[in-house]
Amino acid sequence: MTLPHLLAAAPFAPVDQEYLFEARQMQALSFAVHIPIVCFGIAFPAFVLMLEGVWLRTGDPIHRTIAKRWSKVMLALFAVGVVTGTILSFELGLLWPNFMATYGEVFGLGFTLEAFSFFLEAIFIAIYVYGWDRLSPRAHFLSGIPVVVAGFTGSLMVLTVNAWMNNPGGFRVEGGRVADVRPLEALFGNEYLWHELVHMYIAGYIVAGFLTASVYAWGWLKGRRGRYERAALVVPLTVAALAAPVQIVVGDWAARSVARDQPTKLAAFEGLYETEEGAAVHLGGWYHGDEIRYGVPLPRLLSLLAFHDPDARVEGLEEVPATERPPVNVVRVAFQTMVGVGFVLAGVAAVYLYVFLRRRRLPESAWFYRALVVAGPLSVVALIAGWVTTEVGRQPWVVYSHMRTEEAVTGASGIPLGYASLVLVYAGLLAAVVWILRRLARAPVDVQPGPSGVAPLVSGAARPESEERR
Amino acid sequence: MTLAEAPLLLMLVGLAAYAVLGGADFGAAFWQLGARGEQGAWLREHAYRAMGPVWEANHVWLVFVLVICWTAYPQSFASIFSTLTIPLFIAALGVILRGTAYAVHAGTAREIERRAIDSVFSLSSILTPFALGTAVGAIASGRVPVGNARGDLVTSWLNPTSIATGVLAVATGAYIAAVYLAGDARRAGDDELTAAFRRRALAAGLATGTVALCALAVVAADAGRVGERLLEWPALAAVAASAAAGLLTLEFVRRERFEPARYGASAAVASVVLGWALAQRPELLPGLTVEQAAAGRPTLIATVVGVAVGGLVLVPSLAILFGLVLRGRFDKDVGSAKAARRRHPTPQRRISLLGLALVLGAVGLPLVLVFDGGALLAAGVVSLLAFVAVASLVIVSALAPPGATENHPGNDASRT
Repeated sequence: MTLPHLLAAAPFAPVDQEYLFEARQMQALSFAVHIPIVCFGIAFPAFVLMLEGVWLRTGDPIHRTIAKRWSKVMLALFAVGVVTGTILSFELGLLWPNFMATYGEVFGLGFTLEAFSFFLEAIFIAIYVYGWDRLSPRAHFLSGIPVVVAGFTGSLMVLTVNAWMNNPGGFRVEGGRVADVRPLEALFGNEYLWHELVHMYIAGYIVAGFLTASVYAWGWLKGRRGRYERAALVVPLTVAALAAPVQIVVGDWAARSVARDQPTKLAAFEGLYETEEGAAVHLGGWYHGDEIRYGVPLPRLLSLLAFHDPDARVEGLEEVPATERPPVNVVRVAFQTMVGVGFVLAGVAAVYLYVFLRRRRLPESAWFYRALVVAGPLSVVALIAGWVTTEVGRQPWVVYSHMRTEEAVTGASGIPLGYASLVLVYAGLLAAVVWILRRLARAPVDVQPGPSGVAPLVSGAARPESEERR
Repeated sequence: MTLAEAPLLLMLVGLAAYAVLGGADFGAAFWQLGARGEQGAWLREHAYRAMGPVWEANHVWLVFVLVICWTAYPQSFASIFSTLTIPLFIAALGVILRGTAYAVHAGTAREIERRAIDSVFSLSSILTPFALGTAVGAIASGRVPVGNARGDLVTSWLNPTSIATGVLAVATGAYIAAVYLAGDARRAGDDELTAAFRRRALAAGLATGTVALCALAVVAADAGRVGERLLEWPALAAVAASAAAGLLTLEFVRRERFEPARYGASAAVASVVLGWALAQRPELLPGLTVEQAAAGRPTLIATVVGVAVGGLVLVPSLAILFGLVLRGRFDKDVGSAKAARRRHPTPQRRISLLGLALVLGAVGLPLVLVFDGGALLAAGVVSLLAFVAVASLVIVSALAPPGATENHPGNDASRT
């Protein structure tokens, strides 16, 4: 054990930061703004390409029109994603210098590779969006594919780092410094990476799909049910409806991985204090005094979910000292919210898929569309709740079992001022995004023939009325 | 050059690219600031249009520099960001405001909206390079000690060298932008706009040269070790090369030869970055040489190899983008005449795709539920993802709104 005064002399020794909580809030806010936009970066290019693909196959210009209009939305959201992502990389240094100084060389490679993914996305999104009417239809379609691929590789690279923070490996600690660093093993040899990647990648499609679908479901309830709206609804809704049930299976895999690698986090999901065999899950309720109050118990379910064995032994919070436990209620409520919303979304999806399989058409009940309107915002709630689950569940560690968050924080003053300015700027950003999306949506729909020379044709009884309402 | 210096060289390439390309984007916004009236609107539109396809890619160079810094020289990165918290946070806010303003400018309809958005855009485009420039000045003048926020939070970046560097960053951006925009206007065949930006390029060139000379004097007096070494071989050679390239560019602009001017201006700015690096060598921060600052060997090798492999994809992609931009392919509708080849969907194919989707789902589900790792779990996950993709295609084709397809005249396009 090093003496305290020796520790203080080291350049990146822990500092006494009065505003640690504000620093964490600032980082969390930046994530919460960035993550929903990332979902559009992951999934929206795929939606646009699907529409363009349908146009190339059928020649129906309505699909091209939607693809072209949506690509403007895609570009605007990408621009916002670029800047909010840049802020996150700045904040790693501004708020957590000790974390970066100590471990940057272990996980940094993930971000270096991510920069290339980011480059490709920026380059081809520009070629795609500015290339309408300027490239041959085939070249234009092909220029969109790297954007979809970069959405995947970008998620992969960023999540290598998050997975490493949750399940660190690929280095040893010698005298307070990392040694014997094996960056590839740290990032890609980590079993914890894969479920996080798949869970988040699918979440991207669910969030972007349900949010987009909810916009058109709202229009459907208002009587906008023309060919344009129908085609625009089907693509995001179909993908989200197929992804939502799959996400439950992937979530099950994720929970098993957490049980294996982060037993304390799993205990916090349920609020399990004592190590038990055949542990129960409690729905709802509140963790207080080492137990769940007022929850509805489902016997043996936790053991079953975590280990696929109803009698399995599940480690409780008591296994680690109180100072090494995450804030149980935050994690637990976030986890239950995510799971609960996940099942609601899967239920909405099941209705859609059932009607398709039985009748080969869209559902006609207004209740389905009302549910869809709610599903969009709910999917964002689940997304944020999921990240709260994993990130707060990792606390008090920034690097699980290696570096505590308070050891990582900056020694600079003025965090509250920075936090306040960021809140203001982000409020402005959100207002601007809402404003531009409404503006883009209100632009009159002009079905262009496109390079294949298809005559404009707008059918659908609701069309003229919808023009007026827009 | 040693392995420890290799990532630094990559960072310098990134920094030069950002100073030139990102700087040009900042500078384009600078020229929008003073533009008023009808000619102003036209000038602003030209600047937005020129930036449109490239600014995101140009911005990524900044991220590129940061990520290599924190991977290869983690302690330096942490020292710089903790001491220079204020200017870097200002730069970060500037980046947000700028990107947001860019994202929404396309939606502006009324003059008052346009005015407001353009002002935010221009002001943040001046603030950001200034703040980043002060940070560079802080590092160059040895005001960032090693450690967590060990330097002075204010005087580290509010000092003669920092301010001179900040002003120089804004000025070089404006200069490069004017040269580029003049070239773009020429390519678009707009003589009046070409003349307007030619005037601006000449004025900005002279102004930037003056600022650079003043900055050199300030840095020589204030920046200590780096200041002295900037006036010695080899850094002085880079400074002289920058001056020569700057003068040559002015002559090209005067003769309206904008293509060589484009490269001359870029070389002038890149040489400044090179000169700083040569003067700074071998210390990154006071008392911390590059060798001491560098991460372990495996990390350095992985970084260099990673960048090399990434470069294999990046360089051709950038070539495609800049090729399309510089050849003017995005300027106007070329109106591709080729008809999209259509294949009518066949019902059998759809049914077999549905079958495939169901098989993928039926295979993937049990694999993911049963296995906790290994190849079988991976196969299950891939099957489930493929199930979502294939089933989406099936359902989307089946539910695509009917009609319109019949009216598709195969080769109508030859008439347009």
